Amino acid sequence: MTEAGARPRPVLEITDLVAGYGGGDVLRGVTLEVPPAGITCVVGPNGAGKSTLLSAVSGLLRPRLGSIVLNGDDITGLPPRQVLRRGVVQVPQNHSLFRDMTVRENIELGGYILGDRVLTAQRAATVLGMFPDIAGWSGKKAGSLSGGQQRLVEFARALMLEPRLLLLDEPSMGLAPRVLRTVFDAIRQMSAAGVTILLVEQNARAGLRLSSRGVVMESGRVRLSGTGREVLENPEIGALYLGGAVRAD
Amino acid sequence: MTALLRTEGVRKAYGGVRALDSCTVEVDEGSVAGLIGPNGSGKTTLFNVITGYAKADAGHVYLGDARITNVPPDRVFALGIGRTFQLTRIFASLTVLENMLVASPNGHAAARRRAMEQLEFVGIAGHHAALAGTLSYGQRKLLELAYVLVADPAVVLLDEPAGGVNLSLVNTIADRIRELNAAGKTFLIVEHNMEFVMGLCDRVTVLDSGSVVAAGPPAIIRTDRRVLNAYLGEDLPDDDPHPEERP
Repeated sequence: MTEAGARPRPVLEITDLVAGYGGGDVLRGVTLEVPPAGITCVVGPNGAGKSTLLSAVSGLLRPRLGSIVLNGDDITGLPPRQVLRRGVVQVPQNHSLFRDMTVRENIELGGYILGDRVLTAQRAATVLGMFPDIAGWSGKKAGSLSGGQQRLVEFARALMLEPRLLLLDEPSMGLAPRVLRTVFDAIRQMSAAGVTILLVEQNARAGLRLSSRGVVMESGRVRLSGTGREVLENPEIGALYLGGAVRAD
Repeated sequence: MTALLRTEGVRKAYGGVRALDSCTVEVDEGSVAGLIGPNGSGKTTLFNVITGYAKADAGHVYLGDARITNVPPDRVFALGIGRTFQLTRIFASLTVLENMLVASPNGHAAARRRAMEQLEFVGIAGHHAALAGTLSYGQRKLLELAYVLVADPAVVLLDEPAGGVNLSLVNTIADRIRELNAAGKTFLIVEHNMEFVMGLCDRVTVLDSGSVVAAGPPAIIRTDRRVLNAYLGEDLPDDDPHPEERP
C-alpha cells in the first residue's frame, strides 16, 4: 500500500542506462519510469534507441552501465529467461508466430514456462475470452492470418503469462491504416484490463494519443516526457524529429 | 540550374500497397539533394525505380533529356547513375581491392590504380588487402561509395550512407560528399540522420505514403508543419484525442 497522496511505485525504473552493439552506445544515459496500469509510449526519430531500450529491459541486450529495476527488484543484466519469469513479456517488432502451428497452439506456447497443462488451458480460455475474434480463428494455421490478425494473436500469447509489464515494439509496423484501429483498440483493451504497457511506436501521434505517459527519445537519450498530450503538443518535438522548430497540429 | 535527374508522376504498387503515387522529384545538376520521409514512405522504392531495380507502373524517369524509365540496372549504371544500398552489398570473402575490381576482372594496371585512388579518397586504402568482411559497417559504406565512384557516374544515389555508422565516420562520409560535390558531382541522398541531411543538402524532398509532401531548402523543410505531421503519423479514425482526461 502507498501512503495517502503518495505516488505509487513505478513498475519499471530505468536509471542512466547505457547500452549498444559492438562499437558504439545506442542508449547514452536513459532515465525513465513506467507507472503501473497505464500505457507509457516511447516515440522518437529513427535510430533514437527505442527498440534498443526494449531489448535492454527484456534482457536481450546486456546494458553497459545503469540500472533497470522492476517492482523494486534490480533486473539489470539478467538473461531474458529470468526477466520473462519475473513477468516482463515482449512482443517483438517482426511477426513471431509459428506459421505452421494453429492459433491456439501458438497461444498455448505463450504459457510454456508455466509447465502446467491445466493452468495453461485456463489461461488460454481467459485470453480467448478477452479477444473473442481470435477464438473464431483458433483452429487456423497462424501463417494464414493477415498481419493485423497475427498481431492480435501475438498480444494474446503475451498475456498467457499475466505479465506485470508488457513490452510492445512498434506493433503498427507494416500494417495497413485500416488495421491500425483494431490493433490500437486491442492495446487499449489490454491496458483497461490492468496490464502495464511500455509501447514503442513509430506512429507517434496515434501512440501518444493512446497513452497516459509519453516519452520522446532522440540520439539515445530521453528528451521530453509528460502526459501523451503534453508531449504531442510540446513545440520541441519538431526540433527532435527534424532539427527545426515547428509545432505539430 | 536545370534538373539532371527527374522523376515525373512515378507510380508503383506492390500488390495492393501503393508505394509511390505520382511522385515527382527533381535533382539539379551539381546539387546535393536529400530525400527524407518516415519509414515506408517510398524512398528506397523511388531509388529502385530510378535505377531499374523496380519497374514503374506509370510515370517517367529522366536523366538530362533522356528518358530512362524502366531501363535495366546495368544500363542505368552505364548511363551515369551510380547507387549504394541501405544494407551494403559487398563481397565479404574478397579483399577490399578485389571488391573494387569486380567490374574490371582483367586487373588492368589502370583499373587498379584508379581503384586505389578511390580507396585513398574515402580513407580505407590501408585496408586494401584485408577481406571486405573484416571491415566495420561504416568502412563498408565507404567501400561501396568508392566502388560507385570508380565508374565516375554523373549522379550518385546514396541509400542511408550514415545509417548505423559511428559519428567520426559519418563526418568523413559527409566531408567526402562535400568534396565530390565541389568538384561537380550530383547527389541524391536518402537518410534518416537529420543533422546529416540538413547540413549537407541544398534541397530536400519529403515523401509520405509515396507522395511528395514538401520540397525546398533545409531551413524551410525543418520548420514545415506538413513535414512534422508526416513524421508523427496520422490520427486514427475516431481517435479519442485526450485519453488522460477520461475518468
